[in-house]
Amino acid sequence: MSDYAIRTDNLTRDFGKVRAVDHLTLEVPRGTIFGFLGPNGAGKTTTIRLLLGLLEPTNGRAQVLGFDTRTEADEIRGRTGALLEHPGLYERLSAEDNLEFYGRIWHLPVGERRARLRELLTHLGLWERRKEAVGSWSRGMKQKLAVARALLHRPSLIFLDEPTAGLDPVAAASLREDLAALASREGVTVFLTTHNLAEAEKLCGQVAVIRQGKLLAVGHPDGLRSRNGAPKVEIVGRGFSEGTLTLLRAQPEVADAHLRNGRLLIDLKGEVDIAPLVSLIVTSGAAVEEVRKDKASLEEVFLRLMEEEERE
Amino acid sequence: MMADLWTVVWKEWKEWLFRWGGLRKEGGLLGVLVFAGVFGVFLPLQMGLGWVDSPAALSYWAWVPLFLVTTVIADSFAGERERHTLETLLASRLPDRAILLGKVLAAVGYSWGLTMASLILGLVTVNLAHGQGTLVLYPAKVGWGIVVFSLLVATLAAGAGVLVSMRAATVKQAQQVLSIGIMLLAFVPIFGLRALPVEWRVRLAQTLGAAGVNKVLLIVLAVLIVLDLGLLMAAMARFRRAKLLSD
Repeated sequence: MSDYAIRTDNLTRDFGKVRAVDHLTLEVPRGTIFGFLGPNGAGKTTTIRLLLGLLEPTNGRAQVLGFDTRTEADEIRGRTGALLEHPGLYERLSAEDNLEFYGRIWHLPVGERRARLRELLTHLGLWERRKEAVGSWSRGMKQKLAVARALLHRPSLIFLDEPTAGLDPVAAASLREDLAALASREGVTVFLTTHNLAEAEKLCGQVAVIRQGKLLAVGHPDGLRSRNGAPKVEIVGRGFSEGTLTLLRAQPEVADAHLRNGRLLIDLKGEVDIAPLVSLIVTSGAAVEEVRKDKASLEEVFLRLMEEEERE
Repeated sequence: MMADLWTVVWKEWKEWLFRWGGLRKEGGLLGVLVFAGVFGVFLPLQMGLGWVDSPAALSYWAWVPLFLVTTVIADSFAGERERHTLETLLASRLPDRAILLGKVLAAVGYSWGLTMASLILGLVTVNLAHGQGTLVLYPAKVGWGIVVFSLLVATLAAGAGVLVSMRAATVKQAQQVLSIGIMLLAFVPIFGLRALPVEWRVRLAQTLGAAGVNKVLLIVLAVLIVLDLGLLMAAMARFRRAKLLSD
């Protein structure tokens, strides 16, 4: 069995003259939560449709769980779960009937179906409301139910397309927690598309950044931050002056230095020892109370990658 | 395959009949009860024995499932597309044939089942109200004719309906196309016959008269079977997951 749940090789999909996915080559290791990041219209949803065999690629190929998306799409769909762009719930039916329908689709025996339904709905806090029509529920509850549906048959891989889109921060955080807990408990590989970078940072072991169908970067969020975002130093203290800033900007390892809310912020050009810089600040007459070294956030990395791509 | 078919039928019926709060929305169980009340009680009471022994019964019982199917089949794919449930359904393990034939079977089962139930209820009503101590039954030919023709007409409507619904963006659009289709089906033969030259009409009447009612009915039966199979095969050929999503 391959170590990868998903492998794509120059996967390309055109819609007329528009290239939605552009030579995408990607490997998603089994058992990870993989974040697929990109702005709206980047090609994330099209990629999921290609991986589920719902669309044929124009060029290139993809394997999901070892099966070819062109020729073995039925095998793929039989082994995966999906929460796509919309929750895809039958709003006139109850939550219980929605899961019952998909449980029947996956040929779960009656006893197992009922037990699994109870287990998932209880875990997600929906058991007491299982008899209600889904149409009367909040968007957050619907998304949770859709996650339960995706996990119902214990798939080895689930696709989640913007699962927290449109949710309020509390509902989104609650869904994220549930997702992380369920994914780790069930040992499932999760392919998650999002444009919420904080979400990707919290949930994902690996992320890929895509724009206009092209893969811009892929790796662990920390690795991406180190590779694509220079470290920063934030210094809390007193007596920072223009002289201090001029002195710092003259150092070869410093990209920029400025003051914000009385704090001194230094952008470094790479991983460097900051002790000499702190000494320099002290010699300039300032008092240093606290020094914090930080990497760029995933958001900054993302924006930088987008800017670079735009320049090219 | 049978389990998958039944799964789709189960969901469709559940949505049409036993959905949550089903009695307060359009269609659903209320519609079924109204239909059974009109065709199983009210009309048989009005028409008396003629409801059972008139050969004309065959013609209107053949139309009933046509209208019943069109009330639900337009929703089959267009409704799922409109309510954003289609993509998730297509991303499931259900085979193409199970999705398509399950929806056709659900519509045929619903309309034909309801037709048969009304037929039996009408018989009970006529016997209770007008039986005068003897058991009144449909004449064998009429009875069997209704059973077979209503099934074939329901399948015809479901086959055509599913083809329309697969390509329609909304349920309303699918219903409009199907309504126009039914109108054409009803009026084209009437006005078409009138448009024919008189000598052609005479020759046609002579040919039909010479063939006899039984032979004509058998020909209609054969035509319906061919049309049913043709429409189902066309629907299967046009069922493409990618196309269903992009339409």
